[in-house]
Parts: sequence; structure tokens; C-alpha cells
Amino acid sequence: MSINLIKDARARERPARHTRLTTPWRQQTTSLITAVTVGLVLFFLILPTAIIVPMSLNASSHLSFPPTSRTLDWYRAYFSDSDWITSTVFSLKIAFCTSLTSTLIGTLTALAVVRGELPFKGAIQAMALGPMIVPHVVLGVALYLVFAPLELTGSLLGFLIGHTVLAVPFVVITVTASLQRMDPALELAAASCGATRLRCFIHVTLPNILPGIAAGAVFAFLASFDEATVAFFISDIGGKSIGRKMFEDIDYNLTPVIAAASTVVVAASLCLIGIAHLISSSASPRTKQE
Amino acid sequence: MNAVSRRSLSSWWLRLHHGRSAKSYPPAVSLLLVSPLMALLIVGFLYPVARLVQLSFTNGGEPYARLVRSGLYVGVLTDTILISATVAILCLVLGYPVALAMARLRRPVALLVAACVFIPLWTSVLIRSYAWVVLLQRNGLVNDLLITVGLIDMPLRLLYTHGAVILAMTHVLLPFAILPIQATLRSLPADLTRAASNLGATPVRAFLLVTLPLSLPGVFAGTLLCFVLALGFYITPALVGGPNSMMMATLIGQQTLVVLDWPFAAALSTLLLTVSLVLVAVFRRALAYNKGFSSVH
Repeated sequence: MSINLIKDARARERPARHTRLTTPWRQQTTSLITAVTVGLVLFFLILPTAIIVPMSLNASSHLSFPPTSRTLDWYRAYFSDSDWITSTVFSLKIAFCTSLTSTLIGTLTALAVVRGELPFKGAIQAMALGPMIVPHVVLGVALYLVFAPLELTGSLLGFLIGHTVLAVPFVVITVTASLQRMDPALELAAASCGATRLRCFIHVTLPNILPGIAAGAVFAFLASFDEATVAFFISDIGGKSIGRKMFEDIDYNLTPVIAAASTVVVAASLCLIGIAHLISSSASPRTKQE
Repeated sequence: MNAVSRRSLSSWWLRLHHGRSAKSYPPAVSLLLVSPLMALLIVGFLYPVARLVQLSFTNGGEPYARLVRSGLYVGVLTDTILISATVAILCLVLGYPVALAMARLRRPVALLVAACVFIPLWTSVLIRSYAWVVLLQRNGLVNDLLITVGLIDMPLRLLYTHGAVILAMTHVLLPFAILPIQATLRSLPADLTRAASNLGATPVRAFLLVTLPLSLPGVFAGTLLCFVLALGFYITPALVGGPNSMMMATLIGQQTLVVLDWPFAAALSTLLLTVSLVLVAVFRRALAYNKGFSSVH
């Protein structure tokens, strides 16, 4: 009986395999078309980032391909221009402070949202992630409106407030993920051994979620450093972020110095992202995915 | 009566301060933990936005009346919606195959694909827009290439057009479509397509009848996200678009920085904000499904 069934199944399977064998060319062409499409889209995605490097090394200010001759002049120009360096240092300062404040605020929020008995949890969570959806131009204009009379435009504090609002969601998301990954039984065990809540947090919870916090801090840093719209509106002559400086240069005088500055920024950003990925993947052996 | 209410009050007090179990923080502690966030949001988000909305209603909503009356501004609004819709659909069409490749491919190749998606994502929007300016300008690489191939004799005017805005915005937003679709596709059990091909379906048929319908939630989330983000885009249309390809955000920028008509800029901002928030609120559930959102800015 069962052998018959298997035979039956085999008999039924054979024609199917047969049709598959007769149309390999069709399968191959579809997979070829898919591969070519994916390749073209990936080329489209990577091209603008990739084009910046040869542009910054090209001797003539007009980009020709292949590059005619190479030079490091544009990098020298970038590092010796006080306007570029001042705005870069200012942006680094903003990003560093933003990273600190948003890591602190975001971690506390994630703790309350995941582990706390929080009233209006859904609303608070939506509020914490809200700045990701709000158009940055609206936030930029609104902040300018409020900051200008207080003389906060172009100041570290003004940028810190604006960018922390935008960077907190990144920390909330990464820390929430690592809290949810952590086994709550660990905290229960510590509590049943007599640890107070604070002790339990410092000795059990914190070490477990530290990779998530570190990754969140890196993302917050980059979110601030790469942010251009809000920074554009709340910059002024006294305090200019690198984004505003770049925007002005692209708009008025398109020099390869921008390409050199961009290359430096992209290289540094990608290094930081790589470090963040290493931290979060090396320190969480319990997760199988990612 | 009094004793009962006092007991319930004291039990409420206990609940507030001690919570249900050692696993969770009691409500009072939780509220304390979110208080810095609330303070930040009030100072840096809610109050400024509220001031802006309030400003838009000066003279009894006169800016809104002007917005509706002028054909120029209505044109900008429809342009914004059309450009955003085109960008969202392009992101979906171009992003789907990449998402499929990311979900299906094995390790070394998958890593390469992921790198091509994540590197642009973490490159500043400003730098990517700059690259498009350079690529599309009169003596840029795209024109050079077209002339070398022999398709055109004279360099075309590519920059500062609708097409340039759509191209650059599609590039910037593409990862936002790819990641949610990829997350949905990855969550589908591989057995499903295997079962379909066991039953005799060709890969194309299996894809059309099994994978595609099941990935629709991710498709919807990704496309919607692209649309909402495109509506409020400032940097890319400001740099790549010209005066003829004005979008809502660039109009807001022009009104605040050049024309200095703040009530009108505030009205435009309020409109943009309302549309974005309503879209997100209505499709909240669809977006919450979207796991890729967590890796996106």
C-alpha cells in the first residue's frame, strides 16, 4: 500500500521533472535577466559614492574618465582651508555631544519602553520615533523660528537640541533590540539572589545591552554628522556645520575640494559603521541572524 | 467607604512604586526614565512645531487662502505629489529585484549586495546629491558618455530638470524600499517556493503565485515610506532641481530664506507635516510590519 503510494508519487513527479528538463533555457534566461537587472541597480546605487574618489584625485577641475593625471592638491586645499576645517571641527563637536546626549536619553527610553510598566506606552514609543517621519525641513524651519530670537542659531546648544531630537530614535531602536534579545531570566536570577534593581541593572542588564548602546552611539554620531537639512536652517555665519558649508560650495562654486572633503567624510563614516557592526555582531553570540 | 478607598489608594501607591514583578520597572521609575526624552521633545520638537503651526494661522488663516488661490503654489503641490509618487514607484520597481537577491543569495555574494545597499545609505544625502550634480552637469560624465557612444551630438541639459530630481531622489530613497521588502522576503519560509516547484511550477510561476503575493506587505511599507520621505525632501531637489522643478520643501526653504514670508512658509510646513503624519498614522500597522525601518534614517 505504502509502496504503491510512493510509486504513484514518483510517477506523478516524473512528468514535472521532465517539463523542467525541457525548459532549461527559459530558466537560464530568467535568472540571467534577474542577475543583470540586479547588477545594473547595484551599479546605479554605488556609482555616486564611488565616483567621488577619482573626482577628488583628478588633476583637472573637470571630471574626465579615465582620470588624466592624479593629484592630492584638493586634499591639501581642504586641510589648509580654515573655513572647511572650522566647519568640520564644529560638526565633529556637535556630533560627539549629540551622540552622548542621545545615547543617554535613548537608552533610558528603551529601558522604560521594554522593561517598564509604562502608561501610554504606545504613544510614548510613537513620540520617540516620530522625528524620523517628520519632514526635516519642517523641523529645521520650526527650530530656526524658535532659536533665532534666543540667539541659539549657529550655537552648539542649538545644534545639540536639534540633532539629539533626530538621533534619539536610532539609539532607541538599537537598545530596544538588544534588550528584547536579552533573557529576562538573567535579571530575575540576580533579583532572587538579593540584588537591588540598581545593582541588577549595573551588573546584569548593562553589560548585556552594552553592544547595542555602543552601536546606537555610533549611529547617533553619524546621524548628526551627516544631517544636512536641519543644520542648513539653524546654521549662521558664526557657526556653520560641514553640511551647510558643503551645500553653499556646491551651490556657488563647484570645486573638487568638495570631492576631497566628501571622500574624507565617507571614509570616516564607513569606518565607524564597520566598527559598530563589529561591536554589535561580536558581542551578541546568542543571535543567529544578521 | 473611606477605608476601602484608602486601601485601594495605598495599593495603587504600591503598584506605582514597586511594580508587578522584579522583571519590570514600576510605573513611577518608568516615567522617570522617559522624562528626559519628554523634556527634549518639548523643547526641541513639540514647542517649535506648535509655534510654527500657530504662526500659519495669523490673520485668520490668510496664508492658506493664498496657497489655494494661487495656481503657482497649487502647481508646486501637485508637482511634489507627482514626483514623490514617481520616485516611490521607481524605488519599488528597481528595489524589488535587489531585495530578492539579498534574501535569496548565499554569503559572499549576499555580503557584496548588502554593501552596495548600505554604503549609499550611510553616505550623506548631501554628498550623494553632489555626486549627481557632477554626473549630470553639462560637461559631466553622463553627457560625455552619451556623446562618445554617439547618441547625441551636443551635451544635453540634464541638471536642474524634473528628471534629475527624480533620478537623484530615487537613488537616495532606494535603500528605504529595498530593506523592508528584503525583511519580508527573508521571513518567508523557503519551503513555500520549494513546495510550489515540487508541484510542477516553474520558478517564474512560483514567484508570481507564491512569493510575490506574500511579499506585498513589505512592498506596501517600503513604497509608502519612500513616498512620505520624498514629500519632505529638501537637500536633493534644492541642489539638483532648478527653479522649474520646485518641490514643497524647497518652496518652504525659499519662503523662509529668500522671500522671508514666514506665515506662508509656516502654512506650507503645516500642510506638509499634516500630510506626512496622516499618511503614517493611517498606515501605522503596515509600517510597523516594516522591519527594515530600524536600519534606516
